[in-house]
Amino acid sequence: MNLDSLLVIAVSTIFINNYVLSRFLGLCPFLGVSRSRSSAFGMGMAVIFVMTMASLVTHPIYHLVLVRYEITFLRTIVFILVIATLVQLVEMVMNKTAPALYQALGIFLPLITTNCAILGVAVLNIDESRTFIEALIQGFTAGLGFTLALVLMAGIRERLDLADVPPVLKGVPIALICAGLMSIAFLGFAGFAI
Amino acid sequence: MSAWKIFIRGLWEEVPVFRLLLGLCPTLAVTTSLENGLGMGLATTSVLLGSNLVVSLIRKFIPNKIRIPSFILVIASFVTIVDLIMHGYTPELHRALGIFIPLIVVNCLILGRAEAFASKNSLGYSLVDALGMGLGFTLALCLLGGVREILGAGSLAGYILFPETFRPVLILILPPGGFIAYGLLLAGFNLIENRKKG
Repeated sequence: MNLDSLLVIAVSTIFINNYVLSRFLGLCPFLGVSRSRSSAFGMGMAVIFVMTMASLVTHPIYHLVLVRYEITFLRTIVFILVIATLVQLVEMVMNKTAPALYQALGIFLPLITTNCAILGVAVLNIDESRTFIEALIQGFTAGLGFTLALVLMAGIRERLDLADVPPVLKGVPIALICAGLMSIAFLGFAGFAI
Repeated sequence: MSAWKIFIRGLWEEVPVFRLLLGLCPTLAVTTSLENGLGMGLATTSVLLGSNLVVSLIRKFIPNKIRIPSFILVIASFVTIVDLIMHGYTPELHRALGIFIPLIVVNCLILGRAEAFASKNSLGYSLVDALGMGLGFTLALCLLGGVREILGAGSLAGYILFPETFRPVLILILPPGGFIAYGLLLAGFNLIENRKKG
């Protein structure tokens, strides 16, 4: 296991191929939950947690079960079921063991099943033929990148509420244009050759 | 409500991408050209037709508590079918759309229609609803893909439109262009709507 390659995966997943701003994954929560910074932060934490768990579980299932029995065409069905179950399970366990954390993340957890970034990271881990450790790192950092974009966006939108925006641009259109400008900034990271 | 009304509703009144803001991820990610937008739209429409068909048929046998997981399973099965068909017959499009084909499963548009319409209405109406919503989605994707391809690559469906001196606005087919073009289209849509209310 090469530490350098893990670092490269981490940096490129957070900045260069940011899941929201350059891969367009997880846009629904990105626009839906970015109205205030505190809820953006809560959503981000929940996503980091579930993404890491999803990578942890789907990678072995694919390689140990689906590949062994040559049923890889069932990937989509199996992954979405695993993720849905996982979210339920995490919700139940958290409720028992960490009620404070559950209170904080509670409302965001059910929303996560339909966040395409979660299924996205599971599928990308397979498509890019990551090893188990690499998949774990990719899952965790993809969540970090998502949180970064979400919290930045929430900061911008809190300001936008006070700004004098033309009526037709109010709400989602101006938020999308801001996201575009952020995406241009993130495009700058692609200049780093690593 | 008549079948025609259900059909036409998907095309303007409740056009998914501009009104309900559903299914944003594929909308922005694959619309770098008209062809990709059309391919994605048609793939989504087929899945929507299949899922509305099955959900409407089994709506009376599914216990209320497990309806969402059942719907997701139905949708995932149709996505797998579409995925395999596209892999076999249109390998280039399959490669261009990449990860967004399996991700049709989590397109909220499809689960949304299953839950809000097909699980409550008869087979015929559900199919009409799927067709209307699917076409509305496809048209929106084509519109966005067309605009981005014309301005960002200077071509439409692969045909070069402008003389060589035209410098395309490359940023429009890169990720930032997706956000900005969609934001502006949405603003245009609001403008038309405001004028109508007048």
